[in-house]
Amino acid sequence: MMSSSFNIFRVGISFVIMCIFYKSAVDSLSELSPQKYFSTLQPGKASLAYFCQADSPRTSIFLEELNEAVTPLQDYGISVAKVNCVKEETSRYCGKEKDLMKAYLFRGNILLREFPTDVLFDVNAIVAHVLFALLFNEVKYITTLEDLQNIENALKGKANIAFAYVRAIGTPEHRAVMEAAFVYGTTYQFVLTTETALLESIGNEDIENAHLYFFHCKQVLDLTLQCRRTLMEQPLTTLNIHQFIKTMEAPLLTEVTEDPQQVSTIHLQLGLPLVFIVSQQATYEADRRTAEWVAWRLLGKAGVLLLLRDSLEVDIPQHANVVFRRAEEGVPAEFLVLDDIDSLISHVESNVHVEEIQEDEDEDTKSPNMDVQDDEVAETVYRDRKRPLPLELTVELTEETFNTTVVASDSIVLFYAGWQAVSMAFLQSYIDLAIKLKGTSTMLLTRVNCADWSDLCTKQNVTEFPVVKMYKEGKNPVSYAGMLGTEDLLKFIQLSRISCPVNITSVQEAEEYLSGELYKDLISYSSVSVLGLFSPNMTTAKEDFTEAGNYLKGYVITGIYSEEDVLILSDKYAATLPALLLSRHKEGKIESIPLANSHAQDIIQIITNALLETFPEITVENLPIYLRLQKPLLILFSDGSINPQYKKAILMLVKEKHLDSLTPCWLNLKNTPVGRGILQSYFDTMPPLPLLVVVNLHSGGQVFAFPSDQPITEQNLLLWLKKLEAGLENHITILPAQEWKPPLPAYDFLSMMDAAASQHPTRKDPECTKETDVQENDKKQHEDKSAIIKEPIETLRIKHWNRSNWFKEGEKSFRHDNKEL
Amino acid sequence: MRLAAAARLWGPPGLLLTFALHPALCLRPGRTAAPPHRDYCVLGAGPAGLQMAYFLQRAGRDYAVFERAPRPGSFFARYPRHRRLISINKRHTGKANAEFNLRHDWNSLLSHDPQLLFRHYSRAYFPDAGDMVRYLGDFADRLRLRVLYNTTIAHVTLDKDRQAWNGHYFILTDQTGQAHRCSVLLVATGLWVPNQVDFPGSEHVEGYESVSVDPRDFEGQNVLILGRGNSAFETAENILGVTNFIHMLSRSRVRLSWATHYVGDLRAINNGLLDTYQLKSLDGLLESDLTDLAVVKDHEGKFRITLKFFLEESNQSADAITLPQDDNDNFAMRVAYDRVIRCLGWKFDFSIFNKSLRLSSSGEFSKKYPLVKASYESKGSRGLFVLGTASHSVDYRKSAGGFIHGFRYTVRAVHRLLEHRHHRVPWPSTEHPISQLTNSIVRRVNEASGLYQMFSVLADIILLKENATAFEYLEEFPMQMLAQLETITGRKAQHGLFVINMEYGRNFSGPDKDVFFYDRSVGHTEDAWQSNFLHPVIYYYRHLPTEQEVRFRPADWALPRPTAIHHIVEDFLTDWTAPVGHILPLRRFLENCLDTDLRSFYAESCFLFALTHQKLPPFCQQGYLRMQGLMGTESLRRHGIESGLLRDYATVGRPREDGGQRPVGSSPAPGLPVQPLDGNKEEL
Repeated sequence: MMSSSFNIFRVGISFVIMCIFYKSAVDSLSELSPQKYFSTLQPGKASLAYFCQADSPRTSIFLEELNEAVTPLQDYGISVAKVNCVKEETSRYCGKEKDLMKAYLFRGNILLREFPTDVLFDVNAIVAHVLFALLFNEVKYITTLEDLQNIENALKGKANIAFAYVRAIGTPEHRAVMEAAFVYGTTYQFVLTTETALLESIGNEDIENAHLYFFHCKQVLDLTLQCRRTLMEQPLTTLNIHQFIKTMEAPLLTEVTEDPQQVSTIHLQLGLPLVFIVSQQATYEADRRTAEWVAWRLLGKAGVLLLLRDSLEVDIPQHANVVFRRAEEGVPAEFLVLDDIDSLISHVESNVHVEEIQEDEDEDTKSPNMDVQDDEVAETVYRDRKRPLPLELTVELTEETFNTTVVASDSIVLFYAGWQAVSMAFLQSYIDLAIKLKGTSTMLLTRVNCADWSDLCTKQNVTEFPVVKMYKEGKNPVSYAGMLGTEDLLKFIQLSRISCPVNITSVQEAEEYLSGELYKDLISYSSVSVLGLFSPNMTTAKEDFTEAGNYLKGYVITGIYSEEDVLILSDKYAATLPALLLSRHKEGKIESIPLANSHAQDIIQIITNALLETFPEITVENLPIYLRLQKPLLILFSDGSINPQYKKAILMLVKEKHLDSLTPCWLNLKNTPVGRGILQSYFDTMPPLPLLVVVNLHSGGQVFAFPSDQPITEQNLLLWLKKLEAGLENHITILPAQEWKPPLPAYDFLSMMDAAASQHPTRKDPECTKETDVQENDKKQHEDKSAIIKEPIETLRIKHWNRSNWFKEGEKSFRHDNKEL
Repeated sequence: MRLAAAARLWGPPGLLLTFALHPALCLRPGRTAAPPHRDYCVLGAGPAGLQMAYFLQRAGRDYAVFERAPRPGSFFARYPRHRRLISINKRHTGKANAEFNLRHDWNSLLSHDPQLLFRHYSRAYFPDAGDMVRYLGDFADRLRLRVLYNTTIAHVTLDKDRQAWNGHYFILTDQTGQAHRCSVLLVATGLWVPNQVDFPGSEHVEGYESVSVDPRDFEGQNVLILGRGNSAFETAENILGVTNFIHMLSRSRVRLSWATHYVGDLRAINNGLLDTYQLKSLDGLLESDLTDLAVVKDHEGKFRITLKFFLEESNQSADAITLPQDDNDNFAMRVAYDRVIRCLGWKFDFSIFNKSLRLSSSGEFSKKYPLVKASYESKGSRGLFVLGTASHSVDYRKSAGGFIHGFRYTVRAVHRLLEHRHHRVPWPSTEHPISQLTNSIVRRVNEASGLYQMFSVLADIILLKENATAFEYLEEFPMQMLAQLETITGRKAQHGLFVINMEYGRNFSGPDKDVFFYDRSVGHTEDAWQSNFLHPVIYYYRHLPTEQEVRFRPADWALPRPTAIHHIVEDFLTDWTAPVGHILPLRRFLENCLDTDLRSFYAESCFLFALTHQKLPPFCQQGYLRMQGLMGTESLRRHGIESGLLRDYATVGRPREDGGQRPVGSSPAPGLPVQPLDGNKEEL
């Protein structure tokens, strides 16, 4: 019991400690000499005694478990003692050898059974074995189907049977069955088996788990008929068995004429719902048969009652034929119209909130497992750890080779740390990039593992991971600030090949540049080419532009033209010098923007804004840029390419400035499948596509959906947006505004330390010493500090075996030797 | 004249400095004979003095080191007498990380020059002391440290002056009577005065400092060694094979360093005598208070051990003195000894310091160590710092502050303190977004040498910024000074802090502990707090503890009771990078302290959150939203879907067998927005 509680330390620890305290203070294992022990035995009273040598180890797993069994056994009137075999008083129960010490069960002074200590491996086994021995008559142990049938036949018309299958004797389930037998053993015949074949022969394949069947034999009068059987569905714990048997005892069907809201039966007390089959005089017989049938099906799951509508004072809806009432207080009864029994059963079963009455043993499974990785990056990288990466495609740099390499050739350096998941995930993209660029790039792809070359990374001002830097022509390295992915880094590397801005030397070259001819291979990476036009004497303006171009290096193509004949270009494109020409290659458009008195920062802003599209396809990569505009998003979700008519309609609205307060965009579910996840969170189920929504991300989080029954036309949209603006539209959902909290609790070591500190003085450790009175014994333990200190550690250790984490244990065996200082 | 002569010794940088100083000196009216002034004076060119000189030089400070010997490291020129250092020189660790490797290099000083690593000076695991002398000489020369050799400071006194940095100057007078005036005095003179015990007959006792090291001088002799430290055992080791027997006598039981985890206790390399004692050879160990003893020389010139008590009542004639065996005929030391050797260690030389400096008092270590605070500043005189071995009172028998591999870091801490106090250079720190918190800690606990060597003395500090969106990382702060952190470092600790320390298990170390008990190692993360071997411990405080809280902290605690504490489970390889065993519990701890979600996410998840939540987890805010999202690869995606942490959105919304409903009763993570679509919660 303690073991599992420790796993949910946060809540469990104080409870556990209280338990320990309670137990050690109230029921501790009494220690007696053989003579004294036999003198205490009372006729008819059962007693379990463990005989041990005075010089045997002071603590042992068995003694600890025995100590724990004191309280539960006392509940059944069984006393527990440890008998110290000292030289002066030998007893025949005192074994000759230390290892062969046994525990003995007496009733009065009659020996009932002896147990080797390895049979009593834990507290469950101790309780189970002792009760099993004492309830020899009440619980029949059988091994064959024939045995079972014999018992069944013998009891037909006389008594009901509780038949249990457990995997082994001494398991917690066995203990639960024995404890139930202790209470109900005189009312029902308990039958126990550990034979898997027997279980299978009555039609249960699930031999991994313990099962309990209730055989309704008492009402079987015809000996040729089989007893009805009900399988208990909950796990076998003492409380669950108790609850199950209680429901078996309850009347199968009760007729009521009261308000369903007022009726109370044992079921409600046990947390089970009630099902009322509504009946009327005319159909009473049939209804009763139906209700009985339902009652059998729901036995152990719900209470079934027959509600006579005619004599009922309260009104129930006319069509309702079933009333369903949950066990929780204050929940109103549901009035249902159900056509067949199956739908009734499934309704009940799906709505039954079976309050899992679980004992401490089962809390392991209930508490969230804090040791399960919930970081998607860490988990995926870990799962992928065994796949060899073609790392040789990139050059690994060290403290010795770093400087010479980055000076000798233009290099991209990835700084990462081998233990850090995010940088290892990015390393994969980096290697993919190396595969793509293999043999084509003049840029050397290199990497530095900062887990090895910590000082080197610090010198390069890298204190976080991952970081990508470009070392080119001995200039200051440029840090890459884009998405950590293959495509974006490739774009950066390609665009970094040319100087930024490129110096254009003739009008013809400028035209080629603007048309995209000049850097044909690059325009797929930069949808826009920027050309700054300056008179040769505009030095400051040129400097500002150059600075801006440098800043944007790797993200956009920029060029500069400032020859004497610049007017040819400015005239052609109607630009006033200084000016920018923006060539949008996809649309084949060239626009001009005046640059008078613009500083580098302004120019960067102008170019960055120019890169934004009016109606972009939103993707994982580009969403952050559009979010910066801080406007609500108008998103058209489309399964595949966008319908040109919709596009036209929206572009028209943009043109007419109706969408200035929004960021219009569309999402292609084929390119961005995660869009489905978004729709599902807005609508619960996938709505028909295409679909238009407005998401007010930055203020309020409301989501509005354009009515799907209306065609997406300019007029309809405009009307809808107007209504939206006027507050006439209802939102379909509001995005949650919660902060991101810790996904799971952490180990509360502080409480554990406190608990351990307060545990020491009260903790008892069973030991084999000469008989002493309790007080003296206590004092001695207080003095023996080392024993007190070691005790809790060992307690915890031993508990872990129960958790049967075999691989961890295996791992542990390698740990026994630890290091030097 | 002397100044000029000294300047020549310093080499070029010193020369420039002298010229720069000269006008400054001349400008002081009325004090024509003012002694030459320096901002920083370092006493002693041993490892600690040179280490401090290095930091002062790198910071461009005005300093000088005074050394009475002609070369650095004069202590090592003589000691250890048998020349074998017991500090390990581990040349290979299988790792390239230079910082990590310093964890196993106990002899190098800190510098930027990789040539100045001790492994280039000796191949021996336990190197020869001569190599240390050579190393220290090279360290001073290669780095051009300004050391005034052959300058014995005979007297140190105070000169009150309100303009001085600390309200007084330190006046150092050398053997020629020349005075030197210093704003800050850094005492790195070590412990070199041999400890002596005064008892009748102590004149017959030879000292470790002068006893013969030639085993032939001990052939067939009965030897008694007083003391139980490394010098005593080192002496015994040397003559073990040639003597009749060796008895060792000291007040307290032997402390084995592998049981105490204190490198100053008896090291296994010197403990050959323990082996022969326990294997019933003639050698042996005895415990007795040395001050009760008396040694008398008998007529054969041999030494007899008796008690002071007997000596006082007798009439002093050598052969008539009562011996213990007269009453008690099985007295252990009843044999006559040919030699008695004293190996009782050393103490600090207080003699050159004027009383007004108040270096000693009647404290615990008053006779052995000068009195210092946890910041290594003298309790008696502001501006006087004790460095190196002499500063070991701070962590005596606890950590490594008395040894090169420890004090090289405490010296750096003192230098950082001085840089802020006198030059307004705040304690160096790096600032990071909160999404880097786990990483910063994992990196340091895995490589930091200062934390590892100076466990429970120096600790890393993380200062949280407002709303815990970012943090500052400070390395190797003297943790007992935590309450004074803001004044010492010049950094603000208004929004909570973490302290990263290394600790042994509470009840693990000690001279009488069995450090090999079965099940001593802890492997489960939930038992991490019971770890016995050195492991990282992280303390979280909502507010900076006060001086009172630090002083009256619970017994056995390195720091006051924190708001929360985390232990990273001990690791056999001291490699705390296991994703689930080490990093995950650490993240959960940090998350729960800060009440936020510190997981990392792929860009796709951040994209989903951005469009389905009003707020984003820190990782998405600080990465994805700044256009630095982690895109991931197809193979990682597949693993994510298999693990259930990611969803395959291509199948979302398509008819599914289970109708797309989540099972009833599956509870979402506590505190997380309840959204059936968050891929990150699928696993719960």
